[in-house]
Amino acid sequence: METVQAALPRSKILQTLEDLNTNVQFDDALESEMVLNMGPQHPATHGVLRLLVKLDGERVIACVPELGYLHRGYEKLAENCSYHEFIPHTDRLDYLSPLSNNTIYALAVEKLIGIEAPPRAQYIRVIISELARISSHLLWLGTLAIDIGALTVFMWSFREREKLYDLFECLAGARFTTSYTRIGGVAQDLSVSVIVMIEKFISEFSNNLGDCEKLLNRNRIFVERTDGIGVISAEQAIEFGVTGPNLRACGIEHDLRRANPYLVYDDLDFDVPTHTGGDVLARYYQRVAEMKQSQRIVQQALQKIPTGDVHALKPKKVLPSKERIYTHMEELIHDFMLVNVGIEPPVGETYFAGEAPKGELGFYFSSNGKGHPWRMKIRSPSFVNLQALPSMIQNAMISDVVAIIGSLDPVMGEADK
Amino acid sequence: MNQQVVEKLKTRFGDAILESGEFRDELTVSVAKEKIVEVCQFLKNDPELAYNLLADLCGIDMARSELRFGVIYNLYSLATKHRIRLKTFVSEEDPAVPTVTGVWKTANWHEREAYDMFGIVFVGHPDLRRIYMPDEFEHFPLRKDFPLMGIPGSLPLPKH
Repeated sequence: METVQAALPRSKILQTLEDLNTNVQFDDALESEMVLNMGPQHPATHGVLRLLVKLDGERVIACVPELGYLHRGYEKLAENCSYHEFIPHTDRLDYLSPLSNNTIYALAVEKLIGIEAPPRAQYIRVIISELARISSHLLWLGTLAIDIGALTVFMWSFREREKLYDLFECLAGARFTTSYTRIGGVAQDLSVSVIVMIEKFISEFSNNLGDCEKLLNRNRIFVERTDGIGVISAEQAIEFGVTGPNLRACGIEHDLRRANPYLVYDDLDFDVPTHTGGDVLARYYQRVAEMKQSQRIVQQALQKIPTGDVHALKPKKVLPSKERIYTHMEELIHDFMLVNVGIEPPVGETYFAGEAPKGELGFYFSSNGKGHPWRMKIRSPSFVNLQALPSMIQNAMISDVVAIIGSLDPVMGEADK
Repeated sequence: MNQQVVEKLKTRFGDAILESGEFRDELTVSVAKEKIVEVCQFLKNDPELAYNLLADLCGIDMARSELRFGVIYNLYSLATKHRIRLKTFVSEEDPAVPTVTGVWKTANWHEREAYDMFGIVFVGHPDLRRIYMPDEFEHFPLRKDFPLMGIPGSLPLPKH
């Protein structure tokens, strides 16, 4: 018998699950314990998350998440890219809100090299970040609803997202992988047609979101499947480093846009909604409330947006316009140097974090003065939030696991980097 | 704020605070690795500082430096909205740092990631496994001597 076991070594992840303390007692438990493998190819894991779940009857008694199925080594790549070259890769982190990642990455690099985008570019960045937040939360809403069985909400929220993607295409030239920001500004100014599209979308959005809310808020099946499910307390959430809507749904009023204001969030009037409960239902209300605030922010930003340039006037740091490169010697030289050598920031290290739709998205740079970062660390909110998952689903029913994963809003592109 | 934090740390820990510096208004403090858990505990529990959120923890490879590997802790206080960065360095021969999972639970996966990418061993960690790379993988990809293109044959592919 021993020889057979020695010939079949257990995988480490299974061993970890076996070693976990599973002293949970149930009165009506079935006698058989079972290990269930969920993912990496499972529609409810929203990508390639793998969970090893230990079940007692229908109850979850332990769970070990496994990551890395989408690991592409972005941090290694970043060490071999110039600061500009990495922008397209930020699209592929949280691929549901690329504009938000673009913005925060650009801000992080600007902090390191010590420049600031002109006011018009900052307003544009606020607008696109908030549109990205709406788009990300809409997808979250649709997929959570479909995970629980409400198909119509999925259709309706995706109809809204479709409008946003048309808008992004008009704005950046791509629906999905926008790469819209540049170090020191944005790729191009807002065109009149984009502004019209944004205004139209925003003016219709309340009604359309209201329709989705009507389908869910008083829907008995939805409420019963989410109320009191996947609860995490505020203290636990902070212990696990949970940020963003998941933290605010526990009643902690922490939003980096207010706590450490960046861009022009200081000049805009918006609230930081919070909910108590820390369950799936609270996270639903939280995200709906945040979409409404984002709508307010976009409306104000469109009114307040100043005219002017969208690139900072720092020739040795910011890529010049193509037209100038073809007609002016200086710009040609700067462009050549910026593309071939890269921006050379001072020696030092910075950490910048902004409020992405999923939580605190941070970039840590360690620079040795060369055109490539010596070390870049991506602090991805999905990765950190996922760590709280096992404690949330312990003791839950197996059918609730799907709702709880959905409510956390993990994006594996970001969690796996 | 930065100055107050440094003074507090120096009066409390003295020589264990190796150096401190500011860049772009961000405070970075180097700490001796033996004291890192105590310093973290102090920063978290001191009522005036209250760095209750470990925003990020990562490894760094300084390549030719005598103490090759570093661990970087980015702390955030929800009360004061202030950030501080701690650093501690270890040699290549003995890349062991005490774990801070006892201070913040969130350090668990971050430390696993640093172990996976740099081979930094976190002493006392409850579950120090690789997190991204397969368990059988023998290299540490974010070390500077690991080639960008990878090492042929280091990742076993499924046989067809």
